[in-house]
Amino acid sequence: MKHLLSIEHLSREEIEGILDRAESFAEVGRRDIKKVPTLRGRTVVSLFYESSTRTSSSFDLAAKRLSADLISVKAAGSSVEKGESLKDTVATLSAYDPAAIVIRHPHAGAAQMVAGWTAAAVVNAGDGKHEHPSQALLDVYTLRRKLGSLEGIRIWIVGDVLHSRVARSNLIAFTRMGAEVTVCGPPTLIPRGIEELGCDVSYSLEGIGEAEVVYALRMQRERMSESFVPSLREYAASFQIDSRRLNPRQLLMHPGPVNRGVELSGEAIDSPQSLIAEQVAAGLVVRMAILYELLAGAEGAPSGEGEGSKPTPIGTPA
Amino acid sequence: MSLSALLDVRPGDDAHLILRRATVLDPVAGIDSVHDVVVREGEIAALAPPGEADTDGAEVVEAEGLHAFPAFFDPHVHLRTPGQEHKEDVETGTRAAAAGGYCGILAMANTQPPVSTAADVSALREQARAAASIPVGFLATVTKDMKGEELTEMVELRGAGAIGFSDDGLPIADAGLMRRALQYQHLCGGNIALHEEDPALSRDGAMHEGAVSAVLGLAGIPSVSESTMVARDAALAGYERARIHVQHLSAAESVEVVRAARAAGVRISAEASPHHLCLTDEAVRDLDPHRAKMNPPLREERDRQALIEGLRDGTIECIATDHAPHQPEEKDVPFEQAAMGVTGLETAFAALHTELVLPGVIDLGLLVERMAGGAEPFDLERPSLAPGSEANVALCDLGAEWTVGEDGYESRSANSWCAGQTLTGRVLMTVAAGQVAYRLRSFSLGVAA
Repeated sequence: MKHLLSIEHLSREEIEGILDRAESFAEVGRRDIKKVPTLRGRTVVSLFYESSTRTSSSFDLAAKRLSADLISVKAAGSSVEKGESLKDTVATLSAYDPAAIVIRHPHAGAAQMVAGWTAAAVVNAGDGKHEHPSQALLDVYTLRRKLGSLEGIRIWIVGDVLHSRVARSNLIAFTRMGAEVTVCGPPTLIPRGIEELGCDVSYSLEGIGEAEVVYALRMQRERMSESFVPSLREYAASFQIDSRRLNPRQLLMHPGPVNRGVELSGEAIDSPQSLIAEQVAAGLVVRMAILYELLAGAEGAPSGEGEGSKPTPIGTPA
Repeated sequence: MSLSALLDVRPGDDAHLILRRATVLDPVAGIDSVHDVVVREGEIAALAPPGEADTDGAEVVEAEGLHAFPAFFDPHVHLRTPGQEHKEDVETGTRAAAAGGYCGILAMANTQPPVSTAADVSALREQARAAASIPVGFLATVTKDMKGEELTEMVELRGAGAIGFSDDGLPIADAGLMRRALQYQHLCGGNIALHEEDPALSRDGAMHEGAVSAVLGLAGIPSVSESTMVARDAALAGYERARIHVQHLSAAESVEVVRAARAAGVRISAEASPHHLCLTDEAVRDLDPHRAKMNPPLREERDRQALIEGLRDGTIECIATDHAPHQPEEKDVPFEQAAMGVTGLETAFAALHTELVLPGVIDLGLLVERMAGGAEPFDLERPSLAPGSEANVALCDLGAEWTVGEDGYESRSANSWCAGQTLTGRVLMTVAAGQVAYRLRSFSLGVAA
């Protein structure tokens, strides 16, 4: 694996390899000194063209825990604001010879293009409405810890599927791990043709009782003005996951940040079935595992003395 | 009227050529046999029996095994001048066309500024007389500066030599204004070429709406964004007894609308582009904007098949490239941000020969007929190889394999949708309005005896 650009390009075995690695990093987090020397002397650039709390902070912390040198660039306040093209920005940052570039960009395919312009390993931290592979990996990790396996598990992804890269990546990842996925939301927010990804589609919550896992998506307020739904009130009346609609055996997930009282009721968020806090914690170890897999390779950990050692590619995306 | 009578070209010497033992194919003129093609004083002087044309000081081209077709006509080219000469201009654009076997093209008016006044048209015609290697005609915009608000001075524009009208690049969203233009056509003449798209339906779409857009998370441009506008304008044209030409059909539904409108007596013509005939939205999957980002977007296989059926039954009478040059910095960006459009003049015939004729999807004769079908909708004479016609000839080697872009392009831009592909069939030489407009560098001509 040279880059992590999409879930689409990962096999089940590659996904499991990353998750197994993440399990081993969970142990590091329980130590007093939560740091390993694996990426000492290597540079990781985090390049964010969109605001982010969870993803950017967890990638940054993951790089630091692996002892990499970290450069964080946000579009606001950088030369991007002065009109520099993505290609030129990447060329500039590549001059520091980074081992990895973690990029979030508002447009689909950006990470893939960056991979063509730099020698660094590229991690897609979200490209437009296309994919968010590290989120999908951390969600699979969270569920695997809870359930052991996703084989045969029924998962409903509920909400604004049309505008959600999380929905797309998770749908692919869950399906690849053996789960049966239904996407659910108002017809205006379900993309035409989504069945191609091997899911069922439901325009109402009727039937959600069959799900072992309910995955709610963030409902963005600007969607109202574009008439995707007439009002948040009407959306919530039809699609909010609350304690009445959630049965006690179901697990609840959400990528955050949550609009309390819109897609989820306060009760549901705070219920013991909610895995939201576990998802955040998983984000750190999974992102450590991603950087490790890309930069240190799968076959055997580097000694920790490996200054200047180059990443060992272990195969390339399909 | 012959092409050179209505279009503009740089003056030059009339060729005196004999294409010795060429396989001459002109389905419209009913010619399909081996001849010595004699080109002289701007005309097809004779189709002599093979080997029998008197040399008489002519350059002799040994054309045994090569095909002579009526040269092609493209009613849809973006020459980018004025305003974007870093992408293309009259000289490079007509050179690219000549290299593709074209003897005439029509340039779109969505330049910067748009071609909206008689002075704009006159200036472009003057440029063409100085720099065009094949005859070129200019369309003017339907609405002033393509704002979609008020009509241009269409009578005066026609007087200045505008061949027709188009706001191509943008639809005419206001149905009332569209109707006025069609009414006014009875006064000014000239066909109106239409980019059909309902902006309220296509919105910020970056590709065809369907399974591939769902997977990629790209906003989709639904087929109905095109077909509903074609239906609207066909109805308006029928009501006003006016004439329209529908540009770059992409959706199966649109083909059906054109077919039905024509059957109902509406004066409507239509074109399809090589990329819509060869590719589908599957080509977008790798998110490479260089080859797969255009408007209208690449659609599904059923749409492609409908376009091919339209070519076969004549619903679509011509192939038009929508040659749209862009520079790398407009394409080296993520898909959604990339400029719309691909180049096509230099590859149209070879690509369609490779993708449609060789696999047996359509006949060579049909391709040749449709490649030259773009002249008549604009009241121009169809290129022909019948003796006495203006000399417009594309000489092709149907067996030649070549890799697109390997030797660069005649166009100033390199955003070819088939860059890097190996195509079979190559234009060796183009005669346009009696002049040799192009010859492939490696194809040497015989010496006059």
